Amino acid sequence: MERRVVITGMGWVTPLGHDIEVVWQCMLAGESGIAPTTLFDARTFPSSFAAEVKSFSLEQFLKSDADKHRGASRNTQFALAAAVTAWENAGLAQYMGLDPTRVGVYLGGGEGPIDFDPCAAAALAGCLDENGELTPLDTVKWAQAAARLFDSTCELQQDPNMAGGHLAVQFNAQGPNLNTLTACAASTQAIGEATRVILYGDADMMISGGTHSMIHPLGITGFNRLTALSTRNDEYSTASRPFDRTRDGFVVGEGAAIVVLEELEHARRRDARILAEIVGFGSTADAFRITDIHEEGRGAIAAMQAALDDAGLTTADIDYISTHGTGTEENDKIETLAIRRLFGDRADKVPVSSIKSMIGHMIAAAGAAELITCVLAIRDGVIPPTTNYSTPDPNCDLDCVPNKARNCEVRTVLSNSFGFGGQNDTLIIRALSRRL
Amino acid sequence: MVRKRRVVVTGLGVATPLGIGIEPFWDALIQKRSGIRRIGAFDPSGLAARIAGELPPFSLRDFIPKSYRKNAKVMSRDIMIAVVCAYLAVKDADLATKCIIERGEATGPPNLDSRRFGANIGAGLICADLHELAGALATAADNDRNFSLAKWGAEGMDNLTPLWLLKFLPNMLACHVTIVHDAQAPSNTITCAEAASHLAIGEAYRTIARDDADVCICGGAESKINPMAIIRPQLWGRLNTDDNDAPERASRPFGAHRRGMVAAEGGGLVILESLDHAHKRGARIYAEVVGFGAGAGTESWSKPDSKGRGLSLAIRNALADAGATHEGIDLVAPFGCGTIEHDAAEMAAWNEVFGSRLDDVYAITTRGAIGNNGAGSGAIDFAAMVTALQHNTAPPSLNTENLDPTCRFRFVQDDPIDADITQAISVGYALAGAQNAALVIRRYQE
Repeated sequence: MERRVVITGMGWVTPLGHDIEVVWQCMLAGESGIAPTTLFDARTFPSSFAAEVKSFSLEQFLKSDADKHRGASRNTQFALAAAVTAWENAGLAQYMGLDPTRVGVYLGGGEGPIDFDPCAAAALAGCLDENGELTPLDTVKWAQAAARLFDSTCELQQDPNMAGGHLAVQFNAQGPNLNTLTACAASTQAIGEATRVILYGDADMMISGGTHSMIHPLGITGFNRLTALSTRNDEYSTASRPFDRTRDGFVVGEGAAIVVLEELEHARRRDARILAEIVGFGSTADAFRITDIHEEGRGAIAAMQAALDDAGLTTADIDYISTHGTGTEENDKIETLAIRRLFGDRADKVPVSSIKSMIGHMIAAAGAAELITCVLAIRDGVIPPTTNYSTPDPNCDLDCVPNKARNCEVRTVLSNSFGFGGQNDTLIIRALSRRL
Repeated sequence: MVRKRRVVVTGLGVATPLGIGIEPFWDALIQKRSGIRRIGAFDPSGLAARIAGELPPFSLRDFIPKSYRKNAKVMSRDIMIAVVCAYLAVKDADLATKCIIERGEATGPPNLDSRRFGANIGAGLICADLHELAGALATAADNDRNFSLAKWGAEGMDNLTPLWLLKFLPNMLACHVTIVHDAQAPSNTITCAEAASHLAIGEAYRTIARDDADVCICGGAESKINPMAIIRPQLWGRLNTDDNDAPERASRPFGAHRRGMVAAEGGGLVILESLDHAHKRGARIYAEVVGFGAGAGTESWSKPDSKGRGLSLAIRNALADAGATHEGIDLVAPFGCGTIEHDAAEMAAWNEVFGSRLDDVYAITTRGAIGNNGAGSGAIDFAAMVTALQHNTAPPSLNTENLDPTCRFRFVQDDPIDADITQAISVGYALAGAQNAALVIRRYQE
């Protein structure tokens, strides 16, 4: 019998809060999770604001289990909290019937935040002479300082596969354990690939999604140097402006979003509540340029088409598109073009929106958070808005659900994520068909 | 129903401390050469571990079209290694990709469809170029010689090139490779440390089997030759810091007196192809991929499982996927990182599944000769296993003379041995983080 994959649990840690329903209501009300950066003193940085996760403690989610994860990095802690929420949401907290060898993990987990202070101190030790003058790096002096300053646990936690290891330990998930890091597309890719793992029969349940925090001096430096970020330091709460003509870049967010994916019959056998079915996944490479998206959206179109083909659907079946919608000049223009090319006349009839306008860009975790909102849109028949929209851009002329949530029947949703370097991933989910 | 098409290996590209290209690498293995020596890329005298497996010198321009040379400035070492391996793999498979045609080494059009050509590449935590980063950070020193974050934000960061971040995103290995060779189909980057290559090859195998691509370039690459990338495992106590004076003897997988691993760089990319596609273009077939399995240890996120449980599950899953049992395996390719506890866990896993069969089958580990190549290790080991099967030869495994008493692997110490190898298995696992994977290959038969 053909295997099918459904979502049976969801959890997240976001700049608007950590409860599925509370955050969802905030989004429908168009609230902003963006504020001046507090995780480090960013006042002199070109971008001095971000969408930070606030009032978070792992103990709040894991209780005494938090001890097992002592030393976990910020992004791993987010993943654990979101996963525990998803696990409970899936009705698994008390469930004893799982075969742990058939439960796996597939995350789009970012690297752990670099331990910036010791890193900077070691750099100075290696590059300044006795008089404080700059010299070429002396690796011997650097190494002596680094050995003294670096904390080994912190170094270990920078490996992007660590969050997946923590989840395996927490949930006794002995099945396939993978981490993908395809930049901003990572968690959409992870959920798509995890679906394939179940479809192929390599597992019956996968804990999937993403986690990331790049709100640290080097992360913001990297994006600022790329001029990818909004620099509206005086208007931070409205700085993330996807599809608006005045957009000037994205706003870095952080957090985690985790879903429990399950083979349909497995879910039915344990009477799980089924939230949505994953019906299509497409992954492509632009294979164009490192620094630019393909001008005609070749890879994005191919990813959306591949997901439609995988689902056996056409553009006529899509009720809503959750866009990548970062708020950079190039992304929003080319994503619009790609949707127009693929959807033709229907492009004007399909609402599209970007929750990045409210919670910023959670980078590797962004796609999974967006997918959760797609599930909620189907459940509640309401589409979250693209906020901060005021000035139409002729290059971004789709119906982007400006500023106010919209009630409408949503059965099938397409969700896009695109990563630096031309990584394109698209997922399609829908309400579980009643006929089956 | 998921279609399960047959998948074969048609190309091998490796860059290892023993040589660049599958033939130099294999010849050096046979000749029992070591690729470990004192670090030459920078002055290592401040480090406790001063030896490593570095690649022989190479020139990137030999592996890319002329039009792509300008992109070298946004390539970290890890990316360069992947790009080198990709060229070698594609050439070895006789694929006329965009790169090969633009270099004038084949006449067009390409002999594969770019929209059915995927990439699954394992990558590590790419280390920032320390000279570049430290030099920039030091410009933000204040008058008291302390780092000033305010100065960094205001002006110091301008000392980093605008595209700085793009050198260190792990998916850039796949991005450069897919651009150079025009591979537009499913593309993924697996970041699971030493398990990455096996997981990437396994995922590519599944991608082709279910008909989402005809050809995939897959494997992994990483360089740990950077003071930052050496000091990390040094702080974790994983590196051999006792044998700086005897580098060629320092990496002793499963050794009775093993003292830790030796950091290295390297990578491997292999071409997997559907059997139909390989037949249609008359490709040489090295072997068939018949089994993939993965599993996780759940005892600890920082240490290997005391009984190697995640690894034993991966091995069992791969054998089951291949429709094989341990009785049908003729060659095993353990990882053998060389630390006390990782090797103990690995031996426990193999012993549990294979038992006394380990006394009868030949084993091969490349770690003694090349060290730990991070995310690139698995693909190098996979390529060595494929070549052993192709030549029906069990090559020597360097530094395996004096094994741990509990070790049952039957490594070859002297001359290579002729052996009938029809089915072989190779594994990779993350030193921390719980990921494990295994791949089974079989001699191709109609």
